[in-house]
Amino acid sequence: MITIEHLTKRYGAQVAVSDVSFSCAPGTVTGFLGPNGAGKSTTMRALVGLAEPSSGTATVGGRRYRDLPNAGRSVGVLLDAGAQHSGRTGREVLTLTSQVLGVERHRVDEALERVGLAGRPAGKRVGKYSLGMRQRLGLATALIGDPQVLVLDEPANGLDPEGIFWMRGLLRDFADRGGTVLLSSHLLHEVEAVADQLVVIAGGRIVAQGSKNELLAGTGGTLVRGPDRALLAKALEAAGIGVSAGPDDALVADAEALAVGQAVAAAGVVLTELRAAGGAGLEDLFRSLTGSSHEVQEVQA
Amino acid sequence: MSTATLTDQPRTLVDHPAPSLLQLVRVELRKSADTRAGRWLLIVIGLAVLGVVAISVFVEDAPKTFTDHFGITQLPISILLPVLGILLVTSEWSQRTAMTTFTLVPRRSRVLVAKVLAATVLAVLGVVVAALASVLATALTPVFSDAERDWGISAALVGQVLVVQVVTVLAGVAFGMLLLSSPLAIVLYFVLPTVFNIVVNLIAALDWVRDWLDLSTTSMPLFQDGLDGQGWAQFGTSVGLWVVLPMVIGWLRIQRSEVA
Repeated sequence: MITIEHLTKRYGAQVAVSDVSFSCAPGTVTGFLGPNGAGKSTTMRALVGLAEPSSGTATVGGRRYRDLPNAGRSVGVLLDAGAQHSGRTGREVLTLTSQVLGVERHRVDEALERVGLAGRPAGKRVGKYSLGMRQRLGLATALIGDPQVLVLDEPANGLDPEGIFWMRGLLRDFADRGGTVLLSSHLLHEVEAVADQLVVIAGGRIVAQGSKNELLAGTGGTLVRGPDRALLAKALEAAGIGVSAGPDDALVADAEALAVGQAVAAAGVVLTELRAAGGAGLEDLFRSLTGSSHEVQEVQA
Repeated sequence: MSTATLTDQPRTLVDHPAPSLLQLVRVELRKSADTRAGRWLLIVIGLAVLGVVAISVFVEDAPKTFTDHFGITQLPISILLPVLGILLVTSEWSQRTAMTTFTLVPRRSRVLVAKVLAATVLAVLGVVVAALASVLATALTPVFSDAERDWGISAALVGQVLVVQVVTVLAGVAFGMLLLSSPLAIVLYFVLPTVFNIVVNLIAALDWVRDWLDLSTTSMPLFQDGLDGQGWAQFGTSVGLWVVLPMVIGWLRIQRSEVA
């Protein structure tokens, strides 16, 4: 549904995005990952026609966003939760949107209900909203036209853990009903739980993309932990299993969990943990692909 | 949770009709009044019109015909309404709503056309308010003074006043489009023409500039009945400089620039 082909965006001599290509299929959530300043926002802005690409194309359903007759009813967009007039109430913002899109008035209340802003928050000025509430209002704006595609830039920013959990459910549900979701984040764990496909960008270039499982498989292994790390390593090496240092005092064994368990049992060594190294592996992948881990962990205010 | 929106999505993009220009104009008009700044500006304009009417009713030597009232009530509107025109454009940038506006309607020229039309509607409404206040003033005239009621007014004059007010508000819109910043546009809107007016009035050699390019000089005759061809030509050239030129430059820039 979303197709980005050889997209390049230059600002003077500086290249913000270079030869970016990926696509998002209906029924899937695509996590667009990368540190701040990697080119995520530039790519998304070019997709929705706010920035003109220097070369390459970005289309939704085969057409440029600008050529969609009623763009807001086909594509729900949230690029910046701060892009609302601080003097308007949440309800007023949505009422204006509903009038532009030509949707019935009752959708305003439904949208407020759906993002948890119904009641008192709806009548408050956006200037008094917390960042989390603005994100919810932005999501309501994106959803009110009942679109088939969602494009969301850092939607989890400012949401509390409960809010992030809620948003994941909402996006998963949207995709499961055939919708297409593209959402960006600089934090891997925010999108890991909900994304089917990952696109990782760093320094304006795509550095990895594929299904989450594909990307996970590449960094497999089994995480093992026990009270005596040295003994554990010895037992595994004796069984011919390669071992490397894992997070904290754990080890990552280059074999399936079954083989690792058998080897350890045969040596009579005690285990406290045995699992696929997946989650951490993806984190490592993300860190290695995007440079310093400091950047990745940094939370944008 | 809504059930109405929980429908399954078709796999290809469904087309919905584009928002009509009427819809967009309605939205722009609503935007000009749904914030505290906009609402207060409208209230202040209303109060200023009433204040002017009160003065012309109660001050003894003030002229008291409907035409006189109608002329003088235009003053607060022509001064304050352009600010609403400026804010109609600049608030999108100072409040960063341009991003939302242009993602909902990616054909930016449609939004700009809607803003120009909304500003025109506001100007017409302003003249209507002035007319209503003048009706009130004319009706009250014999109550508070010795003058008689005189309802006479020429259609040509009403038409000319409408043209001036629309042009004045559009000058505000044009400054807004050119500068995209509320404080900058408001200050320059008032300062630039004033400085221009002072300079061309001071220097005798610039008389022709004053007569052809100074909007306040060329629009003055439109408040009196019966403007001749040369008067319209002079008014037209100054509108070109103060309205058309900044609007065209601003318009092109908005269409091409990146919205952040």
